[in-house]
Amino acid sequence: MKGLIDVYITLFKTELAVQFQYRAAMLIWLIGLVVQPVIYLVVWSTVAESQGGEVGGFTGADFAAYYIAMMVVNHLTFTWIMFEFEYRVRTGAFSPLLLQPLHPIHRDIATNTSYKFMTLVVIVPVTGLLIWIFAPRFELQGWAVALSVPALVLAFFTRFLVEWSLALAAFWTTRVQALNQVYFALLLFLAGRIAPLGLMPEWVQTLANVLPFRWMLAFPVELFLGRLTMEEAIHGLGMQVAGLTLALILISLVWSRGAKRYSAVGS
Amino acid sequence: MNLARLLWVFFRVGLMNELAYRANFYVQLVQSLLNLGVALGSLGVIFAHTDDLNGWLPAELVALLGVYFLMSGLIGTLIQPSMQRFMEDVRQGTLDFTLTKPEDAQVLVSISEVRIWRLVDVVQGGIVLAVALMRIGARTGLVEALSFGVALIAGGTIVYCFWLILATFSFWFVRVENILVIFQSMYEAGRWPIGIYPRWLKMVLTFLVPIAFAVTVPAEALVGRLTGEVLVGAIGLAAGMLVGARLFWKWGVKQYSGASA
Repeated sequence: MKGLIDVYITLFKTELAVQFQYRAAMLIWLIGLVVQPVIYLVVWSTVAESQGGEVGGFTGADFAAYYIAMMVVNHLTFTWIMFEFEYRVRTGAFSPLLLQPLHPIHRDIATNTSYKFMTLVVIVPVTGLLIWIFAPRFELQGWAVALSVPALVLAFFTRFLVEWSLALAAFWTTRVQALNQVYFALLLFLAGRIAPLGLMPEWVQTLANVLPFRWMLAFPVELFLGRLTMEEAIHGLGMQVAGLTLALILISLVWSRGAKRYSAVGS
Repeated sequence: MNLARLLWVFFRVGLMNELAYRANFYVQLVQSLLNLGVALGSLGVIFAHTDDLNGWLPAELVALLGVYFLMSGLIGTLIQPSMQRFMEDVRQGTLDFTLTKPEDAQVLVSISEVRIWRLVDVVQGGIVLAVALMRIGARTGLVEALSFGVALIAGGTIVYCFWLILATFSFWFVRVENILVIFQSMYEAGRWPIGIYPRWLKMVLTFLVPIAFAVTVPAEALVGRLTGEVLVGAIGLAAGMLVGARLFWKWGVKQYSGASA
C-alpha cells in the first residue's frame, strides 16, 4: 500500500508537469464543458418563466443552481479516456505502458486527478461568474453538503471505472465513436443533464434508478442542493457502493480479456 | 461554372477515398441518428412541460432542428475538413503545391477535402425539415420558402467566411485550430432559437460566432417570423464578409513564405 502511495505521488508530480504544457487545450475543454449546462439552464428557465415561474418544483433560480452544480460535478467526474484509449491501441502507444510493473489504470487516475486539480484555477472563477450572471438560489443544508462529498468521490470512481471499461472496447474495434456516443446519450438522459430527473417521464425515472448513470452525476448534484431526504441520500449512497462494486467486477473481467487480445499495431 | 467543375472533381475524389471505408458510413449513420434521437428526445421532455418555448411551437423547433442538422452537415462535409487540411498544409509547408496550381488558391483550399459520409447529416436535416413543414403546413407560402432559401445561402456564406477568416490566421499563428474547436462546441447552442438566450450571449452568438445567422435566421424565415430588415442585414453581412474574407486571404497569401524556406 505504501508503495502505491509513493507511485501516486510521483505520477501526480510528473502528470502535473505534463498537463501544464497544454494550457490552451485545457481552456478549450472547459468551454465545451460550460456551454451545455448553460444552454439547458437557459432553456429550462425559459420554460419555468412561461409556466408562471415554476415547473416541476424548479424555479428559474433553482434551475440555475442545479445546472451550475451539475457543471461542477460533471467537470470533477468526467474522463476523456475513451478517446485516449482508441489512440493508444491504434498507434501502439499502449505497449510501453503495458511493460511497466503497474496496472495502467493508476497512471490514468493520476492524470485525471492532476488535471482536475489544475483546472480548479479556471473552474472556480467560471463558477463564480456563472453564479453572478444567473443568480441561482442555493438552499444548502449542512448534513446534505457533508454527505455529498463521499457521494462525489464514489461518483468519480464509478464513472472512472465504467468509462475505463468502455474505453477497453478499443481492444476489439478501433471504431469506437458510435459506442461512445451511445454512452454519452444515455448519460444525457439518465444522469439528469438534459433535465433534472424529476422532470423526466415516469418510466425514464424508473430506469434511471436501477441503472448506474444517475448515481454517477445527478445524485451528488441533488444531494448537494438539498433536494433529497435523508432516506433517499442513504439509499443513493448504497446504490453508489453497489455500482462501484459492479464496475470493479466488470473492469477485471474486461481487462484480462482485452489485454490478451492486444497486439500492438505497427510493431 | 469553373467552381462547379472543380467541386465535382473534389467530390469524386472524396467519394473514391471514402468508398474504401464503407463501414464508416454505418458509423456515421448511427451517430447521426443518435444525435437526432437526443435532440428530439430533449424536445419531447421540454414540451411535456410547456406548450411553447419563447413563442416557438414544437413543430417550429423541429424545423429549426432540421436547419441545424443541414448546416452542421454542410460544415462537416466541406468547410471543416477543408479548413483543417489547409491549416495542416500551412504547418507542413505543403500549401506550396496548392499555390502553384493554375486555379484560384482560395477556391482550391476551400474545397480541398470532402467527407461524403457527413452528407448523412444533410439528408437527415432535409428529412426533418420536410416532416416539420408538413406539420406547419399552411403558413409556409412562396414568400417564406424564398426568404428561407436566401437566408440559408446567406447563413452558409457567413459560416464559410467565418471559418476562412479564422483559418487564414494560420499564416501568422500556427496553432489556430483551437479557436475553431471553440466554434464547434459553441455551435451546439444553435439547436435552440437564439431569442431564448440572455442579451450578452445573444450578442456572442450573433456577432462573435455567427450561429444566429447560420441556423436561427433561416428557420425564422421558414416559419414566417423573420422581418425584412433582418433578412437584408443577413444578406449585407454575407456580402461584406465575402469581400472581407477575400481581401484578408489575399493579404495572408502574400505573407506566406513556405514552412521551411
